[in-house]
Amino acid sequence: MALLTARGVTKRFGGLVAVNRFDFDIEEGAIVSLIGPNGAGKTTFFNCVTGFYRPEEGEIVFRGVPLVGLSPDRIARLGIARTYQNIRLFPKMTVLENVLVGQHHLLKANFLGIVLGTPSGKALERAAERLQSGDSSTWRKGLGVFLKDLSRTLQEAGHLLLGTPDLAAEEERAREEARHLLDFVGLRGQEEELAQNLPYGAQRRLEIARALASRPRLLLLDEPTAGMNPREVEEMMDLIRRLRREQGLTIFLIEHRMKVVMGISDRVTVLDYGVKIAEGTPEEIQNNPRVIEAYLGKRRVA
Amino acid sequence: MQEQPFIHRGLGRVWQEVWQTRRGLRHGLVIGGVALFLALGGLLEIFSKREVIGNVLSMGTALLMLLAFFAGLQASATVRKEADRPTPLLLAGAFSGVIVGLLLALLALLVSQVNLRDIFVYATPALVELLTLGLSLEQAIPVLIGGGAVLGALGAAYRYLPALLRRMAGAGVGLLFLVSLLRELVQDLLVNQGLPRAQQGFFFAGKGLSPWGVLILLGIGAGWVFLRPYFRRWLSTPTGRLIGLSLEGWAALYIALVLLERLVLIWRPDVASVSLIVRLALWAGGAVVWSLLLALNAPWRRQVQERFQGPRSSRVAHTFLLVNVLLILPLLLGIRWSDVLDNIGLYVLMGLGLNIVVGFAGLLDLGYVAFFAIGAYTAGFLTSLRAQDFSVRGVIGWPFWAAWPVAILLAALAGILLGIPVLRMRGDYLAIVTLGFGEIIQKLANSDLLKPYIGGAQGILDIPKPVLGDKPLVGSQELYYLIFFSVLLVIYISLRLAPSRIGRAWMAMREDEDVAEAMGIHLVSYKLLAFAVGAAFSGMAGAIFASKLSSIFPNSFSLLISINVLCLIIVGGMGSIPGVVIGALILVGLPEVLQEFAEYRLLFYGALLVFMMLARPEGFWPARRHFRLGAEEVEKPAARIG
Repeated sequence: MALLTARGVTKRFGGLVAVNRFDFDIEEGAIVSLIGPNGAGKTTFFNCVTGFYRPEEGEIVFRGVPLVGLSPDRIARLGIARTYQNIRLFPKMTVLENVLVGQHHLLKANFLGIVLGTPSGKALERAAERLQSGDSSTWRKGLGVFLKDLSRTLQEAGHLLLGTPDLAAEEERAREEARHLLDFVGLRGQEEELAQNLPYGAQRRLEIARALASRPRLLLLDEPTAGMNPREVEEMMDLIRRLRREQGLTIFLIEHRMKVVMGISDRVTVLDYGVKIAEGTPEEIQNNPRVIEAYLGKRRVA
Repeated sequence: MQEQPFIHRGLGRVWQEVWQTRRGLRHGLVIGGVALFLALGGLLEIFSKREVIGNVLSMGTALLMLLAFFAGLQASATVRKEADRPTPLLLAGAFSGVIVGLLLALLALLVSQVNLRDIFVYATPALVELLTLGLSLEQAIPVLIGGGAVLGALGAAYRYLPALLRRMAGAGVGLLFLVSLLRELVQDLLVNQGLPRAQQGFFFAGKGLSPWGVLILLGIGAGWVFLRPYFRRWLSTPTGRLIGLSLEGWAALYIALVLLERLVLIWRPDVASVSLIVRLALWAGGAVVWSLLLALNAPWRRQVQERFQGPRSSRVAHTFLLVNVLLILPLLLGIRWSDVLDNIGLYVLMGLGLNIVVGFAGLLDLGYVAFFAIGAYTAGFLTSLRAQDFSVRGVIGWPFWAAWPVAILLAALAGILLGIPVLRMRGDYLAIVTLGFGEIIQKLANSDLLKPYIGGAQGILDIPKPVLGDKPLVGSQELYYLIFFSVLLVIYISLRLAPSRIGRAWMAMREDEDVAEAMGIHLVSYKLLAFAVGAAFSGMAGAIFASKLSSIFPNSFSLLISINVLCLIIVGGMGSIPGVVIGALILVGLPEVLQEFAEYRLLFYGALLVFMMLARPEGFWPARRHFRLGAEEVEKPAARIG
């Protein structure tokens, strides 16, 4: 069944109709591309899906949930993550923190839990383990057992009172997963760098890692290869394929580079002046006379 | 190039060297302008009331000398430095010094001949006397110009000193100036240690230092720079580390025991006779234990060793010492300076609160004083012991400890209420609306509407002090501890929040609101949380403020407080917790130390902010100090897009 379904989506800015009665489906596990000349309404449709714009007409349904009218953070929590055409990282936060923000809605820590916290319980447990390890004497082992029990009790009490089970462990797991994701996109060892100090290609990949951190079902990539050199484009295509293969993601991308679109997409949709003019496999699109006329044709002549 | 006769070349060379002298002109004029500004602005006169060397050298004169020296130093930097040909450099330096001296001489001449007082109130005969160093005008002009030349040349010659000597001289003179500026504080400190001013003649003389004092300070400054690398190396050896950490621990322990003794004596004065012996015994015992722990090297104690020989033990020792020094500070400083510390502490509390709103969450709030006022008025209303004629209420008369949490909660609630209308606003718009909110609160406090409850312009009087056990915390020294522990608590909360899920959500909001929302952050709740936490800290400070002053008036809660708090986090470093403390020390503490400069306070703020934005836009203690890649890497993304 379709993961995302859009029916008759229309978005107007004043008199301009940016997206005009657009119907669209994405199958689970597919890589789908949206192409079209500049100003065709591709990014506008992205913004409608992510809740940044509210379409005037039509409906968008994601896994049975209608998205129109929901706020961007709700939609993000439903499992849609995106990247931006002009990279939008949190420039003055570190690489690791950028990814951790992506995990925001997966973590549970609340204000009281953070301020009162249970790191002391955790520290006790670690001390207990240290006491018990190695060739310790009997009384040291006994003390270790006692401390361990005490820390368990404390942590459980904290859990009951504050509703935040094991904050330190949660944070630790989050960092672990963030490092894993950075590894996945090839940014290992740069965790403490400020995002603004990364080179361009790395910023693109960090943006993807941040989007992945929210464990989305659907990933929206807005021109992921813009401004990249041929080698970086190859790497990005490879990364996108790996995202589907290894993370089981459904990917919806806007792209201008025909090599990328034709190389990795299962299906391609063409927008022109906000209207869908074609839809199909890459081969069908390449041979579609309307597309050639409106889009590819012009480029071939040029 | 054309071959020239020998003699022409020689002359040309000399002419070139002399011609380089002109480079002194610009710096001479700039620095001379600064000197004129100081003189006509009245700052010189104030500086002259302080002395560096008692009865010999006033700070005003010393400042002028330093300016001439600095002009020489700056001017000489524009001339190429050649090891074997110092003349051009020295000439340029001397020339700039002459310009400074000449400008001052001209000013003296002008002020003595023409009455400028309609425009410059400080252009008085007293100023002429200052500028002429007490000499007659005819004598003073050559002295000023000649002195300028010598000092300027010295400034240029300074560049020929080896780097180490330069730093030593700089540290010595810097320390000398610092102690002269803080002389009152240092002398009071010594008086508190049982050394009356009469007995301080060895170190201090008149309104300044004695010649011995000067020599000692220069020696300490220079010696410190000279010995520091050796000292650090020694400290990194096992023995040095052991001894250093031992001493540090002993000192901290001793202070802690003195404090403990004081505390015990408050409740049990009858043990005074044995307290000294107990204190010393405990100290000796504790010192031995600490040193033993440090010294233990047996392999089976690897964990103990890691704990006490590793970086952790030095952190323990540093923290312990710092906390103890901060705890004993009011006892050392006495009532007057403790009051200053209290003010600094209240501003630190407010600064930490605003730091969450502005520094973490990026919401520019210019009406921050409102929450301070709400905290103060709530505490005042609930605790005041006087039922006034105009009052429709009786005396509520809660104790401080009951009113304090209510004040904090009400301030937090006000933070949320203010937050709701401004949720959709960003940047400038937010600043303007919050500014208005601050004004509204002050007007409300002043209004007839609320007069029956909070006294209008007459304010709330008779606010009692917090009572601990049966002892009211009356003086500034006692209140210091209340403020100190409040600050510790607030710092702890900030430190816990900053690297957490909430802190990251705030920072993401600050960096890019839309993206933060697209990442699943619920903007409304996090904005309101930031406003509430920031307001709660401020309300906490407000309640202490009310109880500290015993009476509060609407005028105490002006816009200026919001501005001050904002300035101090900008100066300290946005989003940086130590930065708030440093900012408060500079912006609140320094003006208190330099009482005479009170009317120049705003000038000082302005100058400092301009300087900060130019030299250290990230603040004195930036939140992040790892800009390893530097600016050139930052440019790259933009360059590659094209």
